[in-house]
Amino acid sequence: MTWVGRSALRKEGDGKLRGLAKYIDDISFPDMLHGVTIRSSIARGILREIEYLPGVNWDDFVKVTANDIPGHNYVALLEKDQPYLVEKQINHPEEPVLLLAHPDKQLLEKARTLVKIHADPLPAIFSMEESAKQQSLIWGTNNTFKKYAIDRGDIRSAFENAAVILEGTYETGAQEQLYIEPNGVIAMAHKSEGVTVWGSMQCPYYVHKALLPLFNLPAEKIRVIQTETGGGFGGKEEYPSMIAGHAALLAWKSGKPVKLIYDRMEDMVATTKRHPSKTVIRTAFDHQNKLIAIDIDFTIDGGAYCTLSPVVLSRGTLHASGPYFSPNVKIRSRALATNTPPHGAFRGFGAPQSLFALEKHMDYCARKLNVDPVTFRKSNLIQQGQMLGCGQIVNEKIKIKDVLDRALKESDFKRKQKSFRQHNKKSPLKKGIGLSVFMHGAGFTGSGETFLASIASVKATPEGKIEVLTSNTEIGQGTNTIFSQMAADALHLDFEDITVVQPDTSRVPNSGPTVASRTCMIVGKLVELAALDLKQKLIAAKFLKGKYQRKDFISACKKYLKEVGELKGNSQYKAPPHVVWDEEKYQGDAYGTYAWATYVAETTTDIRTFETTVDKFWAVQEVGRVINPTLAKGQIVGGVAQGIGYALYEDIVWKEGRMANNKMSNYIIPTTLDTPEIEVHFMELPYSFGGGGSKGIGELPLDGPGPAILNAMEYALGVQLNFIPMTPEKLMKQMDSGAS
Amino acid sequence: MKKLTLIVNGKKTQVDSHPFSRLLDVLREELKLTGTKEGCGEGECGACSVLLDGELVNSCLVPVIQANGKKILTVEGLAKKELTPLQISFMKCGGAQCGICTPGMLIASHWLKKSKKKLTTQSIRENLSGNLCRCTGYSQIVDSVRNVKGAS
Repeated sequence: MTWVGRSALRKEGDGKLRGLAKYIDDISFPDMLHGVTIRSSIARGILREIEYLPGVNWDDFVKVTANDIPGHNYVALLEKDQPYLVEKQINHPEEPVLLLAHPDKQLLEKARTLVKIHADPLPAIFSMEESAKQQSLIWGTNNTFKKYAIDRGDIRSAFENAAVILEGTYETGAQEQLYIEPNGVIAMAHKSEGVTVWGSMQCPYYVHKALLPLFNLPAEKIRVIQTETGGGFGGKEEYPSMIAGHAALLAWKSGKPVKLIYDRMEDMVATTKRHPSKTVIRTAFDHQNKLIAIDIDFTIDGGAYCTLSPVVLSRGTLHASGPYFSPNVKIRSRALATNTPPHGAFRGFGAPQSLFALEKHMDYCARKLNVDPVTFRKSNLIQQGQMLGCGQIVNEKIKIKDVLDRALKESDFKRKQKSFRQHNKKSPLKKGIGLSVFMHGAGFTGSGETFLASIASVKATPEGKIEVLTSNTEIGQGTNTIFSQMAADALHLDFEDITVVQPDTSRVPNSGPTVASRTCMIVGKLVELAALDLKQKLIAAKFLKGKYQRKDFISACKKYLKEVGELKGNSQYKAPPHVVWDEEKYQGDAYGTYAWATYVAETTTDIRTFETTVDKFWAVQEVGRVINPTLAKGQIVGGVAQGIGYALYEDIVWKEGRMANNKMSNYIIPTTLDTPEIEVHFMELPYSFGGGGSKGIGELPLDGPGPAILNAMEYALGVQLNFIPMTPEKLMKQMDSGAS
Repeated sequence: MKKLTLIVNGKKTQVDSHPFSRLLDVLREELKLTGTKEGCGEGECGACSVLLDGELVNSCLVPVIQANGKKILTVEGLAKKELTPLQISFMKCGGAQCGICTPGMLIASHWLKKSKKKLTTQSIRENLSGNLCRCTGYSQIVDSVRNVKGAS
């Protein structure tokens, strides 16, 4: 019997269901202090003075400013531009300036109100348009974190010879990850023993990397332990490095454990969000409505510091021309600086932005060309052997047309199109149906995985059971369960024989971050290979034959441990031979493989209130082998729900670079009543380089809902809708202006 | 300060908290029942849901004085030794992912089942609309509640 392909029960489910799982705020240490962060009050300026007003006994408080930093004052990721604490220059309205710690949380809250930050304001920039003008320089020499250019074919002559040229501009807003558990850590720090941090996070080794220069300590003196994590979605990819540094600085100065947990308002106002974007697409078609050239200009707002913007921009750029073939491609993209808190990783990582633009544009073109959007897409879809916009030839078998057909059939698309048209003639409740066709590349881009060179291990316990050692975190998506399934199959063991060790940098190797839909596909494969390595050691020692029973394996492990010593299997990532990437030209095999999907949304818009509901949703995808159907479905449905929020509800109100609606009561995410029945269908094409034959799955479902929902609304309303979130207020304006 | 009496998960216990302390904090910090979670602190997300004399409340909005002498049920009080049928159903149907909304979601679902309301997809959705989940998109939570086998 094999475990891959079955809905094995969530490995850590029991603790979660009993309320016994320990999240960071559930943990305390004796003599522990609480910490708070005092932030800048202006978007940009020069820090002059920190004033401590009377009202508390300030001697009782631990205070940390930039002057207390033992090492380097930057949060290490890509650039060294972002400080842990402001020294002089303030670049966004939520910049950390001062840290306070005290045993009493109430007193600490009082003290927070008694600190006055004096700063001299400087002109600030709050939009990409202003940033692009470069009249005021707020970052580097050109307000630009990163640019990419992709050029293939002869774009100019293609446009000159086109039968039809169509252009559109599309925009997406920022989006808050809104994991239900806010960011939080506990730190202990001693000059001799080093720094230990426990916390809610996706990537323990990112935090580890960031703390090294902050404390100028050797790697073995920094220890990072992930605690049970209440959702991440990208929001706990990079930010934990910041909050971990802050808690560790307070612990370093006080000599006591320090807990630093954000409340909801602070988490929403200060931490990273999805990058807002603007995309201009020009497309050229021949007389048969075939795409002959595509020219895309893609811009994202990175906020005040570089953080992950270049990587987000990269994924957005490489997905920008979608699953279509065009012989001539030009893509220009850039990430610009503004004086808002830095934008960062959010599930999909740039692709939901550029694919929203593309899939809206495809419907627009179909309408202008007077062809059906399905037939139009079909005639331009990529085929095996053809080249994607990024220059990658799709050599493997591809089922995107079957996926599209399945979605049409399951949703009864064509019949509904007709019947809704009839229905809408006599009702203020306008029904629409729309779709999006897209793909998502899994794992790091280009040579990213090769640079990461991830390592995974498995280890035999004295009981002859197996521990999986990776730095990939369980954040709800099912890491513990799928790794156990894959390791069990690789070793012909039972699911119960496998334990996945909670990531702790003193115990687990660096298998890379828990991002980019890479855990199952890339690290899962490494877990399988490490398991095979361990098995090989037992066979080489002649403790095990090639064919064996579970009990033979267990006794062989015990024997090995007794007679030889520690028994571990290891593996390290090697790129599949077919992956060739040219970093210079930014072209080639951007991803080892892609997941392919078609999503269909059925909507109703009440033109009296401008409210839109998604009545039903179909998500059809090919994601390689499905490792665990229940967990996989959970990934898709959860992602679609976030996509519905992105499209219709989740509207960040910006005031002077600061999120003004930083509460769950005025930043609206979907509830049980805002989410429809979401039908999920998988078509499977096993990928031989992915764990258990899988491809990445986690981010894919964020790419499709936005354009599918807006395409449905357009069908219902006959109005061009080119941006999200399309809240009722914005839809009303759009319909009043009669855009078409 | 006068001691307050709470009957938490069937056990009578005394606390000497400030009467205006949030019930959530008393449960988590005084009684070390950390299963009940804080998601928003303003009664919006339902992660801190508990039953107070059988009524579903957000414990972040309840001053502990209001719970004096009353029965409180938290997630820790659901399973005796074995998981309850409701918890088993959450396990099987994928109703819990990251697990942070799960305690509140379980308490709200338990309350809904006790209320003897007819359990349709629509009634489950209506009654759980005060509990936010960012992972599941709710489908598998609704399935979990609908597919409970046996008495809760």
